[in-house]
Amino acid sequence: MSSVTPLESAPSTISQSSRSTEVDKNLHSIALLVRNAPGVLVRVAMVFSRRAYNIESLVVSPGAREGFSRMTVTCSGDPSILEQMIKQLTKLVDVVHAFDHTSSDHFETEIALIKVLCSGDRRREVLEIAEHFNAKVVDYAAESLILRVYGGSDKLDAMISLFEEDDVLELVRSGKIVMARALEVT
Amino acid sequence: MEATLPTGAEKLIQCLEREGVEYIFGYSGGAAMPIFDALVDSDIKLILVRHEQGATHMADGYARATGKPGVVLVTSGPGATNTVTGLLTSHMDSVPVIVLTGQTITSILGKDGFQEADVTGITYPVVKHSYLLKDATDIPRATREAFHIATTGRPGPVLIDLPKDVTQGPCEASFVDDIDLPGYAVPSHGDDDAIRQAAEILTASRRPVLYVGHGAVISNAGKAVIRLAEKLRAPIVNTLLGKGAADETHPLHLGMLGMHGTAYANKAVDNCDCIMAIGARWDDRITGKLDEFCLGASKIHIDIDPAEFGKMVDPDVAIAGDARLVLDELIPQIQPADTHEWLDQCNTWRQRYPLKYAKQGGLRTQHVLDRLNALTEGQAIIATDVGQHQMWAAQFCLSTTNRHWLSSGGAGTMGFGFPASLGAQFGCPDKKVWAIVGDGGFQMTQAELATAAIHKLPTKCLIINNNFLGMVRQWQELFFENRLSGVDLIGNPDFVKLAQAYGVKAFRIRRPADVDRILAEAHEYDEGPCVVVAEVVKEDNVYPMIPSGAPLSGMIIEKPKGPLAKPTGST
Repeated sequence: MSSVTPLESAPSTISQSSRSTEVDKNLHSIALLVRNAPGVLVRVAMVFSRRAYNIESLVVSPGAREGFSRMTVTCSGDPSILEQMIKQLTKLVDVVHAFDHTSSDHFETEIALIKVLCSGDRRREVLEIAEHFNAKVVDYAAESLILRVYGGSDKLDAMISLFEEDDVLELVRSGKIVMARALEVT
Repeated sequence: MEATLPTGAEKLIQCLEREGVEYIFGYSGGAAMPIFDALVDSDIKLILVRHEQGATHMADGYARATGKPGVVLVTSGPGATNTVTGLLTSHMDSVPVIVLTGQTITSILGKDGFQEADVTGITYPVVKHSYLLKDATDIPRATREAFHIATTGRPGPVLIDLPKDVTQGPCEASFVDDIDLPGYAVPSHGDDDAIRQAAEILTASRRPVLYVGHGAVISNAGKAVIRLAEKLRAPIVNTLLGKGAADETHPLHLGMLGMHGTAYANKAVDNCDCIMAIGARWDDRITGKLDEFCLGASKIHIDIDPAEFGKMVDPDVAIAGDARLVLDELIPQIQPADTHEWLDQCNTWRQRYPLKYAKQGGLRTQHVLDRLNALTEGQAIIATDVGQHQMWAAQFCLSTTNRHWLSSGGAGTMGFGFPASLGAQFGCPDKKVWAIVGDGGFQMTQAELATAAIHKLPTKCLIINNNFLGMVRQWQELFFENRLSGVDLIGNPDFVKLAQAYGVKAFRIRRPADVDRILAEAHEYDEGPCVVVAEVVKEDNVYPMIPSGAPLSGMIIEKPKGPLAKPTGST
């Protein structure tokens, strides 16, 4: 059995922030505050699917207020079309508001679990990579390790790219979560 | 204790009564039986239709004519799926309709029960909002919210899916008056700065055009549009759905713009230096080739739905609000613009490119509609179907009164006109109501002749019979080398005999000389519905025409001499 340390208990020095200037201009992070009602996820997804837009990642979790959920949608596309889609998201009765964080001052992070095949000599190399990226070994088995890493999506990309493709047995990424800095609330 | 509680269905009907519902257009079935049972003891009048699509169009026509929401009640599965076309029609044209669908019992949901369909799933893209109620205590809240959402802001259809155990079981909830919808805000008064900017642009313009859409009808902004036009001295054009908001017989009114609009309306739009959309959404039928639409002209956009701003056209000024309230604030801030030459130019166009049609060579639709216009003088409610007759009706039947023109614009739903006219007649019993339909569309919902006959509705249904799907045939003639495909309606019934089979009075017009007499006779006939079959020439084309995807300057005013390139626009 593996155990995962809750995100909150991780030392703050591990988290990485990425500013809007550093991310792909076409990749947008949209935060939505929605009523926790049946069908709301479908309605939101349909605003994207109607234009054949692909959602790169989607995170849904309970919001700070009871009865409301927070969604973070990452997708790429023409900024002017995304602006119009945000208006259409806002128009949904169950969506309290929708906000594109891409050009605002915000903090974003993502978590990944990576199951790496590593027996014998390879193990040391994998542990070095893990150490470098502040990843934690959350499952230590004879033939494999599960690494948990979080931070900016580009950091996760960089780490994953260091493993041989065939050695990565399984990969789960949470998708990006985003929050505006300082007192701003979205 | 439970014996004294109303059932979910009874509570639902009480909620509808509290909302002021007069009519329910419906078709019964197993999963909706508790609701139909509860209707027996209600003052709400149940109108039994002959097909669920007919029910949705009746509710839609009722809503367009009265401004009040139309209500539909159908059963689960196929009953519910038959409402999808009607939902699309109402959704595209922003019409407040409430569709109540029976559903299988909650314990069977998702298990392929008899007559089960995932109705909320199927209808997500064609509703403003929807509910699947799993608990009877939610009925009062959902009903109140549904009516609020359907009728406020940009109106639209709302669906409530009601499992049979929810409507059959007891309902303990009390009525709900307060709305708690944190994600639903309705703009009313526009932003002051935006209105001031709009006033400055309008006052400075020399060639302004007021472009009026369905939003002006919904907000009853027509008189304000006329006041603005008169103060600014600007011409008015309206969309197909904007007809009736501002009196089309007003000297400053140039009629309908767009694909089959008047040449003078389109020339005005193509040459203006400022165009203000008043509850209109720059639809592709209006703009033609978007890259060349109103180049260099300032664009002001008034809309209650901010999602329309920048969707097709990037406005210089966007004002989110109710059209009438915005105009009321705007008018005092504008000064008469120097438009003398512009109005002269518009009138020159009006004289040079009038709407016209051949007076010889058999009975023509335009002639019939021109005479119907002379007979009704804008005082009758006119519901159209979709196709050539619709465009000719829009051109020749001038609308003078709000909510007197009912037509499926956004969806272009064939089969809409006749049931919509019946819904309008239920809502406006003292009005003369005419349906103008083609032989193709009429046959899609003709079974509602029974509904009209049973209720002795004095609605008149003018069937323009050319034995063709005329608009598609026109396109095939113009753009597909006249290779006719799927447009010949050989096998049409004798519509006079068909009407008589339902016990409906029927007239036939064969010759131009008979038009006035028969239309007048039908107009005065009020013992029940009547059908007037106009046997018009088989082949005739609607002009002017802007081929789909062409710029406004590419308008064809008369029958072209040679073949035309295939249109590049959507449809």
